[in-house]
Amino acid sequence: MTPEPAVVPLPETAGDAERLLGPGWVETCRAAYRWMVTGRTLDARMQALQRQGRVGFYGAATGQEAVSVAAGLACDPADWVYPGLREQLVALVRGHPLGTYVHHLFADAQDPAVGRNMPCHPTARDVRYVSMSSVIGTQITHAVGTAFALRRRGDRGVALAFFGDGATSANDFHAGLNFGAVYRLPVLFCCTNNQWAISLPVERQSASPTLAAKAAAYGLPGERVDGTDFLATYGALSRSLAALRSGEGPRLLEFVVYRMTAHSSSDDPKRYQPVGWAAAATAHDPVARLTDWMSSAGILSADLRTEVEQAAERTVREAVLGAEATAPPADGTLTEDVYAPSRSPASR
Amino acid sequence: MTERTLVQAVNRGLFEAMQADPDVILLGEDIGVNGGVFRATEGLAQQFGEDRVLDTPLSETGIVGTAIGMALYGLKPVAEIQFLDFIYPAFDQIVSELAKFRYRSGGQYPCHVVIRTPYGGGIKGGLYHSQSSEAYFAHTPGLKVVVPSTPADAKGLLLSAIHDEDPVIFLEPKRIYRSVTGEVPDGDHRVPFGAARVVREGTDVSLFAYGAMVPPTTEAAEALAGDGISAEVLDLRTLVPLDEDAIVASVEKTGRAVVVHEAPRTCGFGAEVAALLAERAFYSLKAPIARVTGFDTPFPYALENVYLPDAPRIAHAARSTVRSG
Repeated sequence: MTPEPAVVPLPETAGDAERLLGPGWVETCRAAYRWMVTGRTLDARMQALQRQGRVGFYGAATGQEAVSVAAGLACDPADWVYPGLREQLVALVRGHPLGTYVHHLFADAQDPAVGRNMPCHPTARDVRYVSMSSVIGTQITHAVGTAFALRRRGDRGVALAFFGDGATSANDFHAGLNFGAVYRLPVLFCCTNNQWAISLPVERQSASPTLAAKAAAYGLPGERVDGTDFLATYGALSRSLAALRSGEGPRLLEFVVYRMTAHSSSDDPKRYQPVGWAAAATAHDPVARLTDWMSSAGILSADLRTEVEQAAERTVREAVLGAEATAPPADGTLTEDVYAPSRSPASR
Repeated sequence: MTERTLVQAVNRGLFEAMQADPDVILLGEDIGVNGGVFRATEGLAQQFGEDRVLDTPLSETGIVGTAIGMALYGLKPVAEIQFLDFIYPAFDQIVSELAKFRYRSGGQYPCHVVIRTPYGGGIKGGLYHSQSSEAYFAHTPGLKVVVPSTPADAKGLLLSAIHDEDPVIFLEPKRIYRSVTGEVPDGDHRVPFGAARVVREGTDVSLFAYGAMVPPTTEAAEALAGDGISAEVLDLRTLVPLDEDAIVASVEKTGRAVVVHEAPRTCGFGAEVAALLAERAFYSLKAPIARVTGFDTPFPYALENVYLPDAPRIAHAARSTVRSG
């Protein structure tokens, strides 16, 4: 038996990279690398802080960074993003300040949603990143409605709905793909299949040959993409977004990734994951794959790596210091925003 | 003023709202060319086009979820759920998403959707075309719950709902869609939320009702007058926000209260009114508060007239209240 390689190499050549990413491919790769390292650094720090009791909850995106970073880089500022649990990097790449996001993780007074949600449920209206609930799949139909509104107003944006493999069993996956297809709306359904819905493996979630295959039943194109390959992921996303903008109907992309951590800080995969699954998953680490490929392509020097890693550490550290120095939300905010400020029944 | 039935008043309100604002979009099952199973949207698809009156696939969660996404972008969707009995597939979207968007986003994503739906019994609809489950929605912070009982209010409250900034569950009493006619003001006539309507003034007992229970409650008051009992009838109009002051003031005057609704008794909205009176009007009460409600059973087909409160039951409860103190 051949042992799993430490890192599965990316198949792309420099020519592929230019084809997938466009003429600015070197800068796109470097931006992606910077954001993926930042995300990875944030995940490590937050998981540690959660263990120390300084953050209440955390759902890491470790192993899934390439999808969010590629989406953030490939989409247009006019596009609307409906996230699942592990897409916060889309908001950060699109310009939502990391410090603001960390205020959210600490649920402090400077969280734009004043600490109302569990961590990893940010709201970032500044970058059209919509507030999420913890209910699985409900955002899929919201993206459909927003796509309708974008088209009705004649605006240039499209809507992106992110969800996991588990969501493909939920009501709104069916309703959303069906409505989107019937009205031929500019909405991109992005399934990030990390192969686990908490404890249930994807092969017990669905008997479909792939999750992308489900698109056919709705009359939509479906495509399966290696979501740990930044280049392939970016290419699939930019191609699909261009198709939507040209008036083609919606489509489903399935990004196959590996959940390299527990579902969340409240979960223990040792109870259900086969021994060795997590170790094997590290061979598909999107950050390591991009790092190795960029190094071998000669666009990531050791100096740049060090600079990016140190910058990420510094940025995260400063954000945490800022959040820990911030007061919790004022008690009075408890009853705000239940209704519009005028005539609020909640404030009586 | 134009004489209209209640369902015609709804139709007229929708027409005027759509004419005034291109952002108003209707979506629901069979609402387009068919005009809705109760004809509430009759003629609107022909007038405004199928891109503003959307016949949707058969999925209530799809209807409400799509409406939410439209509203987040800034459109003003008015969704129709064909019967309140069929709203439960969308219950998750309503209570988990619609009701909570403004709160969970710190006010960044208000979500103004109006959900219109016919509710209530008396049309031989059996278990699944008759329910009156307003309490679920009144129990969910973030939603407003509106129940008109007259054609004028149907239009006036609907226009207020469409111009509101919060999600509104707009319950249409289908039993009286066509049995009640009345003068409806033309033009932008809006009835404010949170203002109960005094249907009839009285001094001996206060009868509180809403929606399809207002006509039998009014009929009961007339019968009571024949017995020398002066009953005041209040139409609550909106359960959230609730006109608490009007309810309390009425009982401070009469000293007796009867709450009427067709929903089951346990945890029905009448319990909320009774609790309010116990908290704020206790020392004015001369007799125990009475509730006249549907039974704690599923809604029956053959025996719906036994199930539904009617004028004799309401009058009987009021007489008992007056006799007891």
